[in-house]
Amino acid sequence: MTDAIQEAVEAFIIENFLFGDTTQAIAGMDSLIENGIVDSTGVLELVAFIEDRYGIAVADADIVPANLDSVARITAFIASRSAALAAA
Amino acid sequence: MCGFGGYFGTVRDGKGLLDRMTAAIAHRGPDEQGIFTTDKAGLGHARLAIVGLGDGQQPMSDATGDLTVAFNGEIFNYVELRERLRAKGRRFRTGSDTEVILHLYEEMGEDCVSALNGDFAFALWDGRRRRMVLARDRMGVRPLFYLRQGEQLYFASEVKALLQVPGVVAELDPIALDQIFTLWAPIAPRTAFRGICELEPASLMIVEEGRVSTRPYWSLDYPDADAPPRHRDERAVAEELRALLGDATRIRMRADVPVGAYLSGGLDSSIASALAAGMAPGRLKTFSVTFDSAEHDESGYQREMAQALGTEHHAVACGEGDIAAVFPDVVRFTEQPVLRTAPAPLYKLSALVRDAGLKVVLTGEGADEVFAGYDIFKEAKVRRFCARQAGSRIRPHLFRRLYPYLPGLRQQSAEYLASFFGAGGSQLDDPLFSHRSRLDGTAAAKLFFSGDLRTTLSGYDAAEELIARLPPAFRRWHPLHQAQYLEARFLLPGYILSSQGDRMAMAHGIEGRFPFLDHRLVEFAAGIPPGMKLKGLVEKHILREASKDLLPPVIGRRPKQPYRAPDSRCFVGAGRAGYVADMLDEGEIAAGGLFNPKAVAKLHEKCRRQPASGFRDNAAFVGILSTQLWLATFTGAGASRARAA
Repeated sequence: MTDAIQEAVEAFIIENFLFGDTTQAIAGMDSLIENGIVDSTGVLELVAFIEDRYGIAVADADIVPANLDSVARITAFIASRSAALAAA
Repeated sequence: MCGFGGYFGTVRDGKGLLDRMTAAIAHRGPDEQGIFTTDKAGLGHARLAIVGLGDGQQPMSDATGDLTVAFNGEIFNYVELRERLRAKGRRFRTGSDTEVILHLYEEMGEDCVSALNGDFAFALWDGRRRRMVLARDRMGVRPLFYLRQGEQLYFASEVKALLQVPGVVAELDPIALDQIFTLWAPIAPRTAFRGICELEPASLMIVEEGRVSTRPYWSLDYPDADAPPRHRDERAVAEELRALLGDATRIRMRADVPVGAYLSGGLDSSIASALAAGMAPGRLKTFSVTFDSAEHDESGYQREMAQALGTEHHAVACGEGDIAAVFPDVVRFTEQPVLRTAPAPLYKLSALVRDAGLKVVLTGEGADEVFAGYDIFKEAKVRRFCARQAGSRIRPHLFRRLYPYLPGLRQQSAEYLASFFGAGGSQLDDPLFSHRSRLDGTAAAKLFFSGDLRTTLSGYDAAEELIARLPPAFRRWHPLHQAQYLEARFLLPGYILSSQGDRMAMAHGIEGRFPFLDHRLVEFAAGIPPGMKLKGLVEKHILREASKDLLPPVIGRRPKQPYRAPDSRCFVGAGRAGYVADMLDEGEIAAGGLFNPKAVAKLHEKCRRQPASGFRDNAAFVGILSTQLWLATFTGAGASRARAA
């Protein structure tokens, strides 16, 4: 499941922020902000993607780099919230 | 205010060339055209008659016929200079400021520029010494471009005149494009045109047989950060500032035609308008742009100020469709790609002034550079404050206060705010610290560069070139002064005074005058302690103190609202200008060779789907569109489609 989430997140970032460019560093823990891939508007686009695609409600308190500033962190965040949703 | 072109060297059919050059810039000087030629030089001039209406024709020669000048701009202290020269026995044949340059040159040689208070570019042929002297004003208000071709040197007020020179082919300079996509403007002397240069502000060029030399005659300088403050008494500083600003405005009201004023509703243009209203012989005319969108519109403040001053106020509405409609013309006049649409409303504004029958307006431009008005100065201060306590969860909230008009920031956590603004402590010794977030944010738009262009630019770093151009004293200045220098020395002449200033005004034969850029005021303000300019997070504090009796409190206390215009959404709505799809067509992008066609198609689609795009996407969209228009306009690529638009 985590692999599928990671693939979907990478595909979203490549399509929406990199416009198809696959040469940029987005693997694992690479920072999306420090690499100039996501700006303040981009974070909101990312949140909308997570909510729309996975049905997760992202609270303001969740919108922090610790959850969203790399593919690995986003994947872990979605996996954890999805598991919580499934268990509820 | 006018335009000129010319050459040094032996040129076949020089007169024909000068005719074509002046015709190419006829919009700068619709009132008269004139030509001067010798065996070794030629000057052509297109005149906008403002001072010495009946006797100021150019090119103008002195009584001996040895000296001839073609001049664009105004010498505001020409009255005082003429009196001084008369006292020395010099006799004047005209009432123009142009003749003052000739006499002053005879007295002082090329050092005469140091006596001039004005916005000027000129070319002076010295027949006795067989040399051409080119000069440009201190802050870079008036443009001057040149081109070397073998033994010949050609020069002109706009590049389009140089494109008339036989054998010259317009070609985009890839380094300039990289600089624009990093710094918003090329670093002079480089221009967007490969092989065509710009004379830098505050510079002289002497062209003689077999030799061309260039040197600065003035420089913007600040005190060392650890030097004792030049001023301590805030009230005394405010009084002196007010006196200087009053005099700067007074000499900028000199004209044989009526002078109006731009009124944006902000602090700076309101001060300039208030001072002008008190000096104008009749009722002052003021001019504004209004926007449909509330986030950009300032019409309430404009009306308030116009009523307070009793001016005859004129306004032009500028909607998103208007910006799209005029954008190809805007690029034809900026002569360089731009990352913002902000020049477009100013293009419409100068048309409004022309239609009202005026040729001259005062503007508030320059105050933000001189008195620290831009948000970027506050941003740098907050970033330094955050860096002192890395990891603070409280301090980054100040960023939200800086940009209340950016919706993307309102909902962000302190951690994200700190990340966006690079508020870590590691780059405090970076000479570009104040501007690094902006440069990085802008450079992200280079994502769309094609593989070929990336290969061409491999190893080049525009920010490093900028650092290499900083003067040795830069590192000794206070951080605020470093940031002010970067704005005033590079962005101001490279973009604000050109793409948003001279080029948009002169497109409709309008001369802008800038009281805040009087060099006496600039020098005085440079010596004002940083804390009097940016007091806490209140920008232009000392200017507010110096002008509080001039303005209604609602204007005087107004926080800075940056001048912005709607960006990509102007071009993607239903029924918008057809040229956009043509310019961004995958085949057209591929033919241009500068951008990745598939990535541009995705960006276009994203902007269509989601008009409220972020900074990078907006900058990239406008930058790519304007670059494609530039290619179509100046190189003929896709020209049939551009014309069809």
